[in-house]
Amino acid sequence: MSVNSNLFVIIFASAIFYGTPLVFAAVGELLAERSGVINLGVEGMMLLGAVSAAMVAANLDGPAAVVLPIALLAAMVAAGLGAAIHAFLVITLRVNQIISGLALTIFGGAAGLSSYLANVWGLGKQPAMNQFGRMDLFGLKKFPVLGPILFDQTLLTYLSWVLVVLVMVYLFRTRMGLHLRSVGESPQTADSVGISVTRYRYGHVIAGGMLAGVAGACFSLTIVPTWANGLTSGEGWIALALVIFGFWRPDLTLVGAYLFGALSSLSFTLQARGIDVPTALLDALPYVATIVVLVIVSNSRISKRLGSPAALGRPYEREER
Amino acid sequence: MSNEEIMVSRGSTSSRRTVRKAGIATIALVAVLGLFTAACSSSKSSDDTAKPSGPTKAAWIYVGPINDGGWTQAHNRGREDAAKALGANLESTYKENVPEGPATAQVIDDLVKDGNTVIFATSYGFKDAMQAAAKKYPEVKFVQATGDDITINGASSVSSNYDEYWGAGEDTQYLAGMAAGAATKNNVIGVEAPFPIPEIIRQINGFALGAQSVNPAATVKVVWTKSWFDPAAERQAAESLVASGVDVIFSHQDSPTAGEVAKANNIPWVGYDSDQSAAYPTVWLTTAVYNWGPYYTEKLNSIRDGKWSQENYYGTIGDEFTTMAPFGAIVSAESKSAIQAEQAKAASTKSFGWYWGLSDREDQDGKVQIKKGQTLTLKDLYTMSYFVKGIDGSPKG
Repeated sequence: MSVNSNLFVIIFASAIFYGTPLVFAAVGELLAERSGVINLGVEGMMLLGAVSAAMVAANLDGPAAVVLPIALLAAMVAAGLGAAIHAFLVITLRVNQIISGLALTIFGGAAGLSSYLANVWGLGKQPAMNQFGRMDLFGLKKFPVLGPILFDQTLLTYLSWVLVVLVMVYLFRTRMGLHLRSVGESPQTADSVGISVTRYRYGHVIAGGMLAGVAGACFSLTIVPTWANGLTSGEGWIALALVIFGFWRPDLTLVGAYLFGALSSLSFTLQARGIDVPTALLDALPYVATIVVLVIVSNSRISKRLGSPAALGRPYEREER
Repeated sequence: MSNEEIMVSRGSTSSRRTVRKAGIATIALVAVLGLFTAACSSSKSSDDTAKPSGPTKAAWIYVGPINDGGWTQAHNRGREDAAKALGANLESTYKENVPEGPATAQVIDDLVKDGNTVIFATSYGFKDAMQAAAKKYPEVKFVQATGDDITINGASSVSSNYDEYWGAGEDTQYLAGMAAGAATKNNVIGVEAPFPIPEIIRQINGFALGAQSVNPAATVKVVWTKSWFDPAAERQAAESLVASGVDVIFSHQDSPTAGEVAKANNIPWVGYDSDQSAAYPTVWLTTAVYNWGPYYTEKLNSIRDGKWSQENYYGTIGDEFTTMAPFGAIVSAESKSAIQAEQAKAASTKSFGWYWGLSDREDQDGKVQIKKGQTLTLKDLYTMSYFVKGIDGSPKG
């Protein structure tokens, strides 16, 4: 807290801090989309995760090392259940994925189940007793410039880095990852060589939902950190855009998440320093970037080269072979 | 899957079956959602024992849930106070989480159909629907919180069965500003605020003048979040303010997120609309809170007595419409007694805005906006679009 705090450090450190929930949510969505299923329910699942984590943090007494993992687990279970509903509807019943996902967001959303549960559980009056605080990883914070940017973050941020590496390895270096990508590209082919399309899709949609739950928990355990109705305020939609923005690759998605994180706090940093910028324009930048990317990927040839799973959004019916 | 099944589901049968399945699933989903929405927008009525001819039926329309810990909760407490005061003479109902827009008119229609003869709407966004309903139902009284049409355009601009009410939050912000002005060491106080509109601008001006009244060197730095509610943005705004060197924060936001940032940096904090002294004992200063009960009680009593008028009520410190939340432990005894003395002085004026004309008030460009000795009218307050000197930040957002 000094006036001379380096502007550069502040902008990058907050980019990572506010980008972290986006990393979890977007990597989760990426897993689902890689299997060929779009899930527009990210925002709803995040809220379900956030409210469950807040409930555990508010009601469970104990040391942070016990309470917080349980809170995260609760978030993953709740959001995973939401994702399972979507999976059942779109994989087993072959309902339109867009409609089912939207319904999930409305169902779990600010005017839905999450707010209702918070009401029933009486959440939001007190800040969470246990929260993920900033953690100096291996004492690396002292390292000039990079230290305060990278290593003055919460445990959730460090976990998100592990996640990105693991998913990179999983997708591009393992047999299961190869199978997953083939399910998303051509379920018929995958099926013909004995890969269970249904099982892969269920598994990754639910795993993606669990990660969305962690993203929600980032809000109720770190950023806010208590419950407030609709506390994710639309970040789930940004996560959806980020998957495209990152060309369905976890590493690029992480970069995109941090870019969005930086842009979202930049306008405040500049305002607070009396730098006269049209803030409305700055606030619009992430969305302008999203539109540009969407326009680019809307061309199916380019989109395919960029890595969009070919079977994305299409239900698989074995009989149509 | 057996061969038989594959044969049955092959070709057009398959796609028809899929379509039907999808249709059923969608209908089921919509039905579940519908049920759920119905369950959420609950309404509740109290006092069923009252005689049908005796009690006045009044309804409140809330924009948020009744346990939001802020705005709506305060209104609902006011409703309960009125119900207690009027006893069997009032049958009160409320609708929470009412969306601003076309749905508002629907909610009002239903309430009128249910026999309510007085309707209170507690969010600015309900104003247009309330005015339209006032024309449609001349026998029902419509009372709109934070409305500004009677002040700005005159009572003749609206139906005679429509009234507006609000109060001098800026006056209590002046008192909160005194606490902040006494607490700052760097003489820079950070303010995060939702939208650059007159209601917010005059409250920030009141806050800044209060801070300067005890600490003439104090300046106020304003950052806009452009949202009534966005916890992540509120945190970002507070962190940016701290990083730029402020050592006291005033968050004109409902969520306590800025309090978290204040706590992490161990700097004093002024909240808004709700008492957070218990949750943030180490950083809490105070804030302005609203007390709607006496107004609701009096308004309903005068309607029952046949004395309806478009009074355009503007509550003050004197009628205890707006008061201070409990002081935090970090407020010094000296600062506390100075604030209480000023509060008593304000109460004795029986009006609002005793401080505006204490001296010539310049805006940010050095232009005198308020002359020494001048009393501001409600219209002056409702159209205030400049920041007073000593505030950094743009009143245009």
